Amino acid sequence: MARIRIENVSVDFPLFHGSARSLKKTVFAAAAGRLGEDRRRRRVVQALRSVDLELGTGDRLGLIGTNGAGKTTLLRAIAGIYEPTVGRIRVEGSLNALLDPNLGMNADLTGRENIMLRGLYNGFTKLQIAALEEDVQEFAELGEFLDLPVRFYSSGMLVRLGFALATAIRPQVLLMDEWFLAGDANFLVKAKKRLESVVRGADILVLSSHMSGTVLEWCTRVIWMDHGRVHMDGTPDEVMQSYMAATVPAA
Amino acid sequence: MDSISPDTLPRLASATLDIGADSESTHRDRQVLASTDVAEGLKLWKLGITLAWLDIKLKYRGSVLGPFWLTISTGVMVGSMGAIYGTLFHMDLRNYLPFLALSLVLWNALNALVLEACAAFTQSESTVRSVRMPFFLHAIRVVVRNIISLAHNVPVIVAVFLVFGVRPGEVAWLAAPGLALWLIDAFAACLLLGSFCARFRDIPPIVGSVIQIAFYITPIMWQPQQLGRHGWWLPFNPFDALMEVVRAPLLGSSASMFTWLLAIGYSLVFCAVAWLLFSRVRGRLAYWM
Repeated sequence: MARIRIENVSVDFPLFHGSARSLKKTVFAAAAGRLGEDRRRRRVVQALRSVDLELGTGDRLGLIGTNGAGKTTLLRAIAGIYEPTVGRIRVEGSLNALLDPNLGMNADLTGRENIMLRGLYNGFTKLQIAALEEDVQEFAELGEFLDLPVRFYSSGMLVRLGFALATAIRPQVLLMDEWFLAGDANFLVKAKKRLESVVRGADILVLSSHMSGTVLEWCTRVIWMDHGRVHMDGTPDEVMQSYMAATVPAA
Repeated sequence: MDSISPDTLPRLASATLDIGADSESTHRDRQVLASTDVAEGLKLWKLGITLAWLDIKLKYRGSVLGPFWLTISTGVMVGSMGAIYGTLFHMDLRNYLPFLALSLVLWNALNALVLEACAAFTQSESTVRSVRMPFFLHAIRVVVRNIISLAHNVPVIVAVFLVFGVRPGEVAWLAAPGLALWLIDAFAACLLLGSFCARFRDIPPIVGSVIQIAFYITPIMWQPQQLGRHGWWLPFNPFDALMEVVRAPLLGSSASMFTWLLAIGYSLVFCAVAWLLFSRVRGRLAYWM
């Protein structure tokens, strides 16, 4: 059983620039009696504002909205990377977030070493790590490059390794950013098959996307995010229709 | 072709994530979340150790001697400093050199640890922003990495002890609780400096200067007896007590009860400060990267 419960969640990003990054300047500002003022005036970006959301097993949610609407921040908040400034997030079930193709990969280490680290992070045994390695190796088709540092990989090889590794782990809750559907056409067919199998295996899917086709194909519910708020929540058809009407100016 | 067969591929263990920042969530919640962070970090100890080993491996990749460069450079430093300062201070080398070798190796370990603790979290910036990982794992990585470095300097101490016939005897075991205290302080240093340096980027040079000054006012190059009655301020130097609880037993005497109380007292205060800061800012660290 998997469940996501988001209650009244807000996320504020502090904007530190210049002297706010310096202890020396902060201390001198305090000595000059300016700190109190500074504190209250601290500039923040309100990335999420009072978001409420509840998802259960079988839910496939699509997030749409313009750049900066808060889609990725919401995914990161669900993944537990950004802890909310206000509100509560509760996620039951194992979670895997496909957000960044190079997700914590160390460019100086070999492909094999990076696979091992990912396995250890997930608490796998030696045998499970071997299975993970085999699976990734087979899918990514890196050959002897697997034993070379990742920095020598071509960008295509890097994407294949990142994708194979991220999709080799099957979670109950799958969070996915749109980059996962980009890539060269040849790889795409193969990748889509694999991704579909992971998506099918997950209890909950949260997908952030610009591409209406994918959302309509995979999602059963769509949320339209705007300025960090839930602007519209409903079935894929009705939300996509209003979204298109609002974003694509009538010709 | 479906390359995924559900039987061979490992499934993730089920987990529950519960993060709240309600108006009622206060001090206590933060303590619970910070404790969970440490517990989860400890569960990933294998990953921490592997990361530390890979760090060492990468640092010395392409060099024939690898980390044994550390051993050689420490050996050369101890030898040359011993010769110069032994002459300057008119010291008996038989007494001075073992003291110097041990003190220098310990101090170098402390120095390296403190500087690396500053980068404990910022070093893993991209990881912090892409997956949820216990922050304590990064502390483990830094501490283990420094233990490995320290271990490479041990042969220098052993060689000097052999040459001058220093045999500390049974009392040397008393260094073990001293080293345990160092270990706890090392974790605290990573949490404290790691958090602080994530927020303020001008801390590492400040820490560097403080450590530099501490080097001169702590008995490393000189022995406390040389100060005589002018050494009344030594108990106010936390580094002195910490050095002494490890150094004295290895040189064949034991640290006084007073020194032990000082070392434990300073460590308690340090750990308390580190914990308060870490539990307070842990949830904000990802925003500061």
